[in-house]
Amino acid sequence: MTELDFMTSPQSGELGRFLQQMLLIRYFEQQVEERYRDAEIPGFVHVAIGQEAVAVGACAALAPGDVITSTHRSHAHTLAKGTPARAVMAELYGKVEGCSRGRGGSMHLYDVERGNLGSSAVVGGALGIATGAALAFSLRSEPRVALAFFGDGATASGLFHESMNLAQLWRLPVVFLCENNRWAESTPLAQHSPIADLTQRAQAFGMTALEVDGQDVEAVYRATAEALAHARSAAGPVFVLAETYRLAPHNVGDQQEYRDKEEYELTRSTQDPIAKLRERLALSDERFAELEREAEAAVADAVEFARHGTDPDPQTLLEDVYA
Amino acid sequence: MPETKTRFSYREAVRDAMSQAMRRDPDVFVMGQDIAEHGGSQKVTLGMLEEFGPDRVRNAPISEMALTGAGIGAAMLGMRPIVEIMYEDFLTLAMEQLVNHAAKERYMSGGQLKVPLTVRTQGGAGWSSAAQHGQQTEGWFVGVPGLKVVYPSTPRDARGLLWSSIYDDNCVVFFEHVQLYNQREELPEELEPIPLGKARIARAGEDVTVVATGPLVPEALAAAEQAEQDGISVEVVDPRTLQPLDEEAILESVRKTSRCVVAHEAVRRMGFGAEVAALVQEKAFDWLDAPVERVGACFSPLPFAPSLERACIPRREQVYAAIKRTVGSE
Ligand SMILES: Cc1ncc(C[n+]2csc(CCOP(=O)(O)OP(=O)(O)O)c2C)c(N)n1
Ligand SMILES: [Mg+2]
Repeated sequence: MTELDFMTSPQSGELGRFLQQMLLIRYFEQQVEERYRDAEIPGFVHVAIGQEAVAVGACAALAPGDVITSTHRSHAHTLAKGTPARAVMAELYGKVEGCSRGRGGSMHLYDVERGNLGSSAVVGGALGIATGAALAFSLRSEPRVALAFFGDGATASGLFHESMNLAQLWRLPVVFLCENNRWAESTPLAQHSPIADLTQRAQAFGMTALEVDGQDVEAVYRATAEALAHARSAAGPVFVLAETYRLAPHNVGDQQEYRDKEEYELTRSTQDPIAKLRERLALSDERFAELEREAEAAVADAVEFARHGTDPDPQTLLEDVYA
Repeated sequence: MPETKTRFSYREAVRDAMSQAMRRDPDVFVMGQDIAEHGGSQKVTLGMLEEFGPDRVRNAPISEMALTGAGIGAAMLGMRPIVEIMYEDFLTLAMEQLVNHAAKERYMSGGQLKVPLTVRTQGGAGWSSAAQHGQQTEGWFVGVPGLKVVYPSTPRDARGLLWSSIYDDNCVVFFEHVQLYNQREELPEELEPIPLGKARIARAGEDVTVVATGPLVPEALAAAEQAEQDGISVEVVDPRTLQPLDEEAILESVRKTSRCVVAHEAVRRMGFGAEVAALVQEKAFDWLDAPVERVGACFSPLPFAPSLERACIPRREQVYAAIKRTVGSE
């Protein structure tokens, strides 16, 4: 692993903001589960409960002008990148007010103005796009970085290997942020990867790799900041491995018959990134309850907004097939 | 002042469109395998490295998928990349990125994104390149909403259409044919852009319309000469852009001639020609005096042996025979 000299930490007060964002995501995802079960949200949805610290810590470290790409599990990334909860929820409801105007849905959240180039529901599918965004930054000599979120499952895809190879070969300013939640749908890591330590994937390309506790938002922030600084200085891409936990089914409705119940409950009670941060901040019960109420209210507002959103007019069906 | 004209080969015309765009616009660049010193497998980019340098004439590893993805990403950021895929057979490796991303990013984002990417590729039969280096794949892309598909048959069209493809705000898959690279034509120095979606009447006629693409355009013109000897006047329409298709030009011609032959080098079954035949029967049925004839390759992998390849791939004889069938004088 290459030595990274740039060190940074979140400024004081920022951890409190991280907690607020993580709570917003948690309540958002819990509401999504309920609204989906009540058949208010069509399609199918993947929530990021348990992985809030990765989304929040990583996005907080980005500079204005940096861009992200996301995955089928995209709500947390999109909220953390700054898209209002109303616009995300409205998209899940398929409304014109949604962040993709109702054309994308849960797995295709976009907010280009805020630097979110969108989520690919083809596993690993956006890794070339992030690499290409970084190529544009490099060709234009702009000090910007592209950060790609993806799961452990995506590291078995061909595009992951091609993109890592290309990015390192051309020293492109891209951060490959792998959220190892140890599952690819029902398949555990050991059944889809011949190596347990996924940083070895990066070593194959001579790429700098960092490993971080994905349940510790401050650690994620620091690691991402280091990776971004490295990439921004034209030193090449960085692979960040965030070890995290999927504290929810793969998608809402998944019965997880493949997962050991005791292990699951134990993980839920010991690996909650929000509980960890709350402890770290030594918040009083009153203060924490207040933050919870705020998040809950913001999500309730988003749900009401989405419910009252506008269904896209069938007359607009063929809009934006072509530019 | 008299216009200076130069004889351009199809290959040089493609190169000229890229070079002219790259001279005036730093957002245009090209990447692909062996395109730098070597000039590409068909020498289309020969000499461009010297003029534009290795950042903009970028040799790439054998990663069609990532290269196409990188083209999409750079295009989303407002650049106008050109990705060269060495053989159109290898578009299969880029297909996921083209179909699921390049074609859909604009739609899925509700109009937030544009993907002004041009994917250039080449291929085609006639030189025993066998089953993995000579098939025609344009028919696989014309059915993908969000993609545009261009297939020029002359140097003038190649240059003017490539320019328009580079400056189109959508992803364009641009097909070149290996047998056309040495075709020559006098062209003005000044590049004349040709709009996408406009067909060209390659030859005017009265009795039969032949809608032909790629190498079947010169083949159809030769067949038309031969039919002329028999007193049959043939009109040859080259759509040039397969998606979007200039339906009106085809229909107008068929309404005049009342007979239609569709000819391409790709396999006949389920081919682009089937769509043209459907179009003609839907919108010009009352004008038709004969069933629409389709000319295309046999439904097999492209064979290696020259005798087999000749038997599989349509050329002027097959077009001529189809013309004769439509006028009922087989
Ligand atoms: C190319 C492709 N193959 C299969 C799927 C179906 N699928 C959706 S999510 C998923 C698991 C992905 O695992 P991982 O990358 O670890 O992400 P996670 O779901 O854990 O966030 C699979 C197999 C898909 N969407 N795309
Ligand atoms: Mg996973």
